[in-house]
Amino acid sequence: MSAQDVLFDVPGPQARVRHRILAVVGVLALLAMIAFILLQMDEKGQLAANKWTSLFEAAAWTNYLLPGIWDLVRAAVVAIVLSMGLGLMLAMGRMSDLLPVRWATTVFVEFFRAVPVLIMMIFTFFYLANQEWSNDSWNPFIGVVVGLTLYNSSVLCEVIRSGVGSLPNGQREAGLSIGLSNAQVRRSILVPQALTSMLPTIVSQIIVIVKDSALGYIILYPELLTQARNLSSSRGNVLQAYILAAVIFILINYALSKLAEAIENRQRRKAAGQSKKAKQDEGEGEEGGMAGYSDKTMEQNRQT
Amino acid sequence: MIELIEEFNVLAAFWMTIKLALLSGLFALIIGTFVAILRLSPVAILSWAGAAYVTLIRNTPLTLIILFTSLGLWGQLGFEPASRDSPTFIVDLNFRLAVLGLSVYHAAFVCEAIRSGVNTIPLGQAEASRSLGLSFAQTLRYVILPQAFRGAITPLGNVMIALTKNTTVAVAIGVAEAAAALRNMIEFRPDVIFLNFFVIAIGFVILTLPLGLLTSYASQKLVVKR
Repeated sequence: MSAQDVLFDVPGPQARVRHRILAVVGVLALLAMIAFILLQMDEKGQLAANKWTSLFEAAAWTNYLLPGIWDLVRAAVVAIVLSMGLGLMLAMGRMSDLLPVRWATTVFVEFFRAVPVLIMMIFTFFYLANQEWSNDSWNPFIGVVVGLTLYNSSVLCEVIRSGVGSLPNGQREAGLSIGLSNAQVRRSILVPQALTSMLPTIVSQIIVIVKDSALGYIILYPELLTQARNLSSSRGNVLQAYILAAVIFILINYALSKLAEAIENRQRRKAAGQSKKAKQDEGEGEEGGMAGYSDKTMEQNRQT
Repeated sequence: MIELIEEFNVLAAFWMTIKLALLSGLFALIIGTFVAILRLSPVAILSWAGAAYVTLIRNTPLTLIILFTSLGLWGQLGFEPASRDSPTFIVDLNFRLAVLGLSVYHAAFVCEAIRSGVNTIPLGQAEASRSLGLSFAQTLRYVILPQAFRGAITPLGNVMIALTKNTTVAVAIGVAEAAAALRNMIEFRPDVIFLNFFVIAIGFVILTLPLGLLTSYASQKLVVKR
């Protein structure tokens, strides 16, 4: 149900007139805002054509932007893979039957969820810089990846755990009744289902990772923001370079969020189809277990 | 540990973090509520504008937004929210620009939190109040909003926790908060690097843990039982 249904009646003739007036006022306000921004930019000479066209020269892309995007993607992909692995291990640990293991992983997860990613990045970067054995040119990359991995694996651990929690109890009971141990039930029945049902949330978490790899700017990792700065210092178009970087980020993340939505819709259709089939087969219909999450889970898990 | 905290003025750094979080939280709440009103309005163009704001801001890294306030807004467009006559010009300027960036960024998440609060209300509530003859304003005042705010407590609390942690990004434009303190501490006392990290990390645990507990307590206490 959409929010509009709750808040508003179907508009009558009077309300429609009011809405039309509001729409006109809204458009005017938006146009005024855009005009104001453009005027300000013009006054400072930011609309000069060469400031914008120099962003689209081949050299700007081959020397700055493409390497920046590549470094961004490289750090994000390594961090995603590592966080998935570590997150899975942590989730297993938090659901373990051994109390000490459960405690240790709980402390780990709660600690690294509470500490800002940037703090971990700065620490790792400077720690490595003080070590003789580490290769200095790799320090920023490792700093970014370690910071992202520690935080996101903790978040993913909680995502997987809540996915397991939302499965119907019968899954676990059925596993136990055919003679599997607790650990086997978790490993081969619960966690695989949780991973599938939490896939949209996991994809949204990837957006968080992509955005947070921009923090690498602060520890001198040459990702897209750093490269945008380098580009602008050689051509004197700071504003334009950052706007372009923002557009690239928005495109990447928007595509990812559409992917998450598509996966979610597909799963919902599948769950609906299954329950319809079950209805035909057994004469009664119950919502499939995997439909237990709504887009609210996704929205709320979409961390800032 | 105590001497470390005193030597690098860690408490002052965390006070800066708290100030950033509180001020940006307040502004983010104001902007976010406004955007949520736009998004929920029945006028297509306004709701589109709200949605566009959320999509654009939410997909942009905070680092970029904060840098943009300093390098773009101030450096290129001459937006100067502090007076040059003041002896603390640079400090004030960077602080205010950071607050601006943090507020604009988190407003998008506040908007989504409020929207999800409204979405928890069953349609029957609004239908029932209309059939009782309540006007639109009365429906909002007595039925919808009280429930919406309660439903939004958990997501709003999460935004506030994220905001507290995200204040560290302000180090990118030279605000002397906790991340800057950590950088100083490591630079001048690299011999106790783990302790340095630990001091700052515990500071954040102390800030965010009560927030989380308070949020879950409040949301359980105030939950609308259906």
